[in-house]
Amino acid sequence: MATSRPSWLRLGLPPVAVFLASMAIAQGIVELKLVPAWLLPPPTRVLAALWNQWSVLGPALWFTTRASLAGFALSVLVGVGAAVLMVSSRWVQRAFYPYAVFFQTVPIIAIAPLLVIWFGWGMQTIIIAAFIVSIFPVLANALTGLLSTDPALKDLFRLYGASRWATLFKLRLPAALPSIMTGLRIAGGLAVIGAIVAEMVVGQSGLGAALAEARQRQNTDVVFAGVLLAAFLGLGFFALVNLLAHLVLHRWHASEQ
Amino acid sequence: MVPGRAVTLSRIQKTFPGGVQAIAGLDLHVAPGEFVALLGPSGCGKSTLLRLVAGLDQPEGGQVLIDGQPARLQSGQRQGLAFVFQDAHLLPWRDVLANVALPLELMGVAAGPRRKAAGLAVEQVGLSDAMHRYPAQLSGGMRMRVSLARAMVTNPQLLLLDEPFAALDEITRQGLDEQLRGLWLERRMTILFVTHAIAEAAFLAQRALVLTRRPARVVLDHTIDLPLQRSGSLRGTPQFAAQTAQLYEALQRGDRDGTA
Repeated sequence: MATSRPSWLRLGLPPVAVFLASMAIAQGIVELKLVPAWLLPPPTRVLAALWNQWSVLGPALWFTTRASLAGFALSVLVGVGAAVLMVSSRWVQRAFYPYAVFFQTVPIIAIAPLLVIWFGWGMQTIIIAAFIVSIFPVLANALTGLLSTDPALKDLFRLYGASRWATLFKLRLPAALPSIMTGLRIAGGLAVIGAIVAEMVVGQSGLGAALAEARQRQNTDVVFAGVLLAAFLGLGFFALVNLLAHLVLHRWHASEQ
Repeated sequence: MVPGRAVTLSRIQKTFPGGVQAIAGLDLHVAPGEFVALLGPSGCGKSTLLRLVAGLDQPEGGQVLIDGQPARLQSGQRQGLAFVFQDAHLLPWRDVLANVALPLELMGVAAGPRRKAAGLAVEQVGLSDAMHRYPAQLSGGMRMRVSLARAMVTNPQLLLLDEPFAALDEITRQGLDEQLRGLWLERRMTILFVTHAIAEAAFLAQRALVLTRRPARVVLDHTIDLPLQRSGSLRGTPQFAAQTAQLYEALQRGDRDGTA
């Protein structure tokens, strides 16, 4: 519908320009010796650390990517599934929703050691941490979407004798998709954070563990390289969810037109 | 030709949630194939009446009979009934054809016959060119025509319309009125049409029932004395003005009675 569709260049240029400018400023600050390089490593040193430590950072990034993707997927499945169960019965909703709020408020750093005791030192602990911090926005937004089905359309489905399943799959779930996508956008970033925090506590593998180790050795350049990778991972998640939302909604929803 | 259904309401009692009496002891009979307009002030309970006839709500007292049978959402009755809401209420993620096919899909009609029937219904409201467009790409009038096609796709014997064209501009509304009138002349299903527009009621219906403010009572049961074949130019004639004048007078009387 748009008469002048923004090109990739026009979309991509501003954020890239901001990135390059801030890198140049950071580099300048250190070059002018306003701040010592061991305190704020200049971008050139961070890039060098990224290159030199890739044998450690690369596999760590891959581990974190898989763990947070799995945790995120689990959140989407369990979150949307629980929301469907909750709207099917007011009683279930009243009984369980308060406990769902628990997931939003739980301090992951405090319960990560418990998760290690229960689930061990492997990836499953990281996946569960990512799941715990990211499920609430999925559940809450799916619930809002499922509860705001147009009453006239519900009447229409009743008039034609639609079954519960038909009403769920042909009306309530598709109508809730824009809300569900909002939940997914928030949950994607949270899953990455949850995974990295848990990795820092567990200290075995992943970006979080690499970060914790580099910090102990005061290798600030490696710390920055790790943070940079974590940020890109979060961005990747965000792009993934946006792509998904676009594929699902672009033909009919105002947010994608 | 699809025969219409008879609708009988006897001593209907209905209270809004919150305790306001919407309908208190209303009687009404609509013969098969009649086109009846329900005319009344906003909030007088005419939409409530329509929901009772559809079986979407149940009255606290009295009976709603359709062809002599109590109105409930049973499979037998559903077949012959269609409801058009105040706004189009389409599924935004479906194109025009799939929206129109929805009632047949929910009733379990196979994909082949479903598409064929939906295609015909879309054609009938003049939207063949927009068959594969999405609701967001349509004007308000076009969306309402899709809604009308969706109601017609099951060949209903009883068509209930709740101020369907109220939100449209005058020209679009008149066009849709003529289309609806044409569909009725062709099929002769029973139609209950709720509106607060006097001219619309006079142009469309064979019979107009003017209701008072709530609790709704019938203040005038008037047979519209106009020819069967009606075109837009009829609206400018003295005969038409005579009909609207009577409805207007009754509407005012009903408004006074209700507040007194």
